[in-house]
Amino acid sequence: MNRYTVVRSHKPSYSFQIDKRNIGIVLLLSILLAAVAIISIGLGSIRIPVSEVLRSLVGVADSTHQMIVINLRMPRIVVSLLVGAALAVSGAILQALIRNPLASPDLTGTTTGATAAAVAFIAFSDGKFSIQWLPLVALAGGFFASTLTYLAAWKRGVSPYRFALIGVSVSTAMSALTVFFMVAGPLYLASQALGWLSGTVYGTSWDHVLAVFPWIAGFLLIAVVQARNLNAQELGEDVARGVGVPVERKRLLLVAVSVALAGSAVGIAGGIGFVGLMAPHMARKLVGSSYGTLLPVSALLGALLVLLADLGARTLFVPLDIPAGVFTAAVGAPFFMYLLYKSRQG
Amino acid sequence: MPFLLSSRIQKSVVLVAAVAVLIVAVVASILLGLQNFRFSTAVEAYVSFNGSNEHLIIKNARVPRAIVAAFVGGSLAVAGALLQALTRNPLASPSIFGINSGAAFMIVLSLFLFGPVFSFTELMWVGFIGASLTAVMVYMLGSAGRGGMSPVKVTLSGAAVAAFASSLTSLLMLIDNMALEEALNWLIGSVSGRDLRHALLIVPYLVCGWIIAWMLAGSLNLMSLGDDVAKSLGQKIVWVKAGIVLVVVLLAGGAVALAGPIGFVGIIIPHICRYLIGYDYRWIIPYSIVFGAIFLVAADLISRFLLMPKEVPVGVATAVIGVPFIIAIVRRKAHE
Repeated sequence: MNRYTVVRSHKPSYSFQIDKRNIGIVLLLSILLAAVAIISIGLGSIRIPVSEVLRSLVGVADSTHQMIVINLRMPRIVVSLLVGAALAVSGAILQALIRNPLASPDLTGTTTGATAAAVAFIAFSDGKFSIQWLPLVALAGGFFASTLTYLAAWKRGVSPYRFALIGVSVSTAMSALTVFFMVAGPLYLASQALGWLSGTVYGTSWDHVLAVFPWIAGFLLIAVVQARNLNAQELGEDVARGVGVPVERKRLLLVAVSVALAGSAVGIAGGIGFVGLMAPHMARKLVGSSYGTLLPVSALLGALLVLLADLGARTLFVPLDIPAGVFTAAVGAPFFMYLLYKSRQG
Repeated sequence: MPFLLSSRIQKSVVLVAAVAVLIVAVVASILLGLQNFRFSTAVEAYVSFNGSNEHLIIKNARVPRAIVAAFVGGSLAVAGALLQALTRNPLASPSIFGINSGAAFMIVLSLFLFGPVFSFTELMWVGFIGASLTAVMVYMLGSAGRGGMSPVKVTLSGAAVAAFASSLTSLLMLIDNMALEEALNWLIGSVSGRDLRHALLIVPYLVCGWIIAWMLAGSLNLMSLGDDVAKSLGQKIVWVKAGIVLVVVLLAGGAVALAGPIGFVGIIIPHICRYLIGYDYRWIIPYSIVFGAIFLVAADLISRFLLMPKEVPVGVATAVIGVPFIIAIVRRKAHE
């Protein structure tokens, strides 16, 4: 019996390969994620037992609990999941395209560019900004910064190391611009922007979920459909061309998807760093590097990371609500150094 | 290799001219801003001080600011030049080594642990320690693994260490608001609002650093030929390297203690100097001091006018000028 199952369709044309052994892993991760999400809903300044959480979800709990679960905690959980999945898939795509294990939306200027644009938007819209537009603005900023990095790194092709060095510089410039916009705007908005900068899902409502859901879900779908092109891209330009992939066109599309995912995640949750770096690496350890399963597993792991980070941020320093991005960076930066160290060993 | 200025006389003349430009820049920085003063008012503030608003602004705000900018700029530039010589890495500079964020983290950590019991001088030393620890850590990470130290590894480990330090810094600050207020000075790079007495406390250390750097210049010239050649010519490599590290920590740590994180001066200025006068460190050190000072005084002056009446922190201006510069360096060199 064949180890792989291929899901294929000719119109619209897509296909991806699923390793049967990995279906179990995907199921297991989904169950784990659901369990953590439900436990996480129950934890907080008011503790709600798991059974009560489940009853609230189907709408038969008492009205206070129902209100807390549905209106306060659920949106935050859902946004964490969406943001984590988007960042992880964005990172996975970049790592395939640049063929560089260190690639992540934080390093290409995408995250910082999106942040700068969002802060500018908050600062100059005079406090009357609408949350609906924020993902779109952040997206545009992310696109601008990553285009800048890509163009500046282009010199008869993009070398991974040049890309990384220039990405770090562009990120620095974007952070400087962020400070500039914060200084330029009114003071009370600056403090609002500051909390958001370090990456938090605090105070999200269903409005936030609705604002960001179509973007992230849509681009995730495109990413999965494009998985076979990612497989080909990772083999190198010549092989990709050899198996009939229009390399440059597909690469542009994939970069756009990656930037759009990271941009919209930043638009809603601010700069939650290093998830796009860590999740794909963990996923690769679990299921290998065929993108048909790698993308969904990355998405699940990314969602889990952000969920756990936010859970820690919410509950470790009660009554304070620490931005989740602080935790992802505290775990992610040492991980990054480890990768850096390892990549030169082999 | 031919450089713009080849003979000794040319180099001396340009250096003197640059000092003149620096003086003009400092005077402009004292006179221009939200309020413009006449030169005679500035002189009167010191000759016949009458307690008027104008005299107070000049004495307490403008003059300290110009002095701090000049000394910090010069020190950062020299620290950058030394780091580039030590690592033979064109991108080495205090900000790439994460020194700024390390210093800020140590200061916030000690405020968090012990509360606001420190004097400014003590905090300065804490900043020094943080800066040196971070520098050593990034240096070790950057040279770990096979292939030794490479520009890309140092840059990336610097970025990672900086991200790590600043995430811990913001965690501490969010837990403890007290630390935030005290630490704010060290988190935003700026040369305004510094007390002249504090500045004068640090300036001697900086000047010491400059002098030692200049004394090391001959050894630096030999070092740039490679460790083996330098050793065979009678250099005590270990001592020279230790001396360089000491000076870098002195200069970069002092600059951070005085002005907070101001990036890119340490990258840009040594490159401009080398472009002008070549690779002789006996000239690069004094040129870096003067050009670094001019650069930061001018950047501070510009950032004053950008969003009048608000002030943009000068670190923002140096970053915006610095990034295109780095991109050009990265594109020129083959790092593969």
